[in-house]
Amino acid sequence: MANSPLGKTKVAETQKLPAAQPITTMSVVVPALAWLIPGAGHLIQKRWIRGLLLMGSIVSMFVLGLLMQGRIYPPNGGDILDILGFVGDLGAGGLYIMARAMDWGHGAIAHATADYGTKFLIVAGLLNFISVADAYHIAIGKKP
Amino acid sequence: MSVSHFSAALLFALFASIVFGITQRNQPREQIRYGLYCFAMFVGGVFVAGWVMWLLRR
Repeated sequence: MANSPLGKTKVAETQKLPAAQPITTMSVVVPALAWLIPGAGHLIQKRWIRGLLLMGSIVSMFVLGLLMQGRIYPPNGGDILDILGFVGDLGAGGLYIMARAMDWGHGAIAHATADYGTKFLIVAGLLNFISVADAYHIAIGKKP
Repeated sequence: MSVSHFSAALLFALFASIVFGITQRNQPREQIRYGLYCFAMFVGGVFVAGWVMWLLRR
């Protein structure tokens, strides 16, 4: 069976599949911490400069968004854009949790800059998602 | 806090470029180069978009 053309194709396809990553403590802790505290996933792996730069950038973007009176989206099941806004904000992890707990981010409809602030808040979260993925890749040895 | 649209765009470009540079490349030199490239693209895009909007308005 393995010598038949169909068998050889199946063997070749099986051999091309990448090996599954083993689940280690760091492979779970690092992304969780990176989500909760932007940049911490890199810091815990002793990537100090990268971690501090990521922390500084994402936290700054989030804080600027709040200072520009941007809106923090609560969990909602309404308009698709509101749902996407929530998902983006959620990426900021602990920053989002703290902002919601402190009742920040109501948004100021009358100000044009508030719209920029809302986008800053969402993008800060999205950038943190990228940062979490990067920290995970370092944890599993896929990146130096 | 009130910022101009251009200032907001510059800040956005700065922070996004730093994150992109770090996460999309492996070596420090490549990270810096890519970050600067992203920043240039962001800022250039702001100018291009501005002129396109001016043309549309005209």
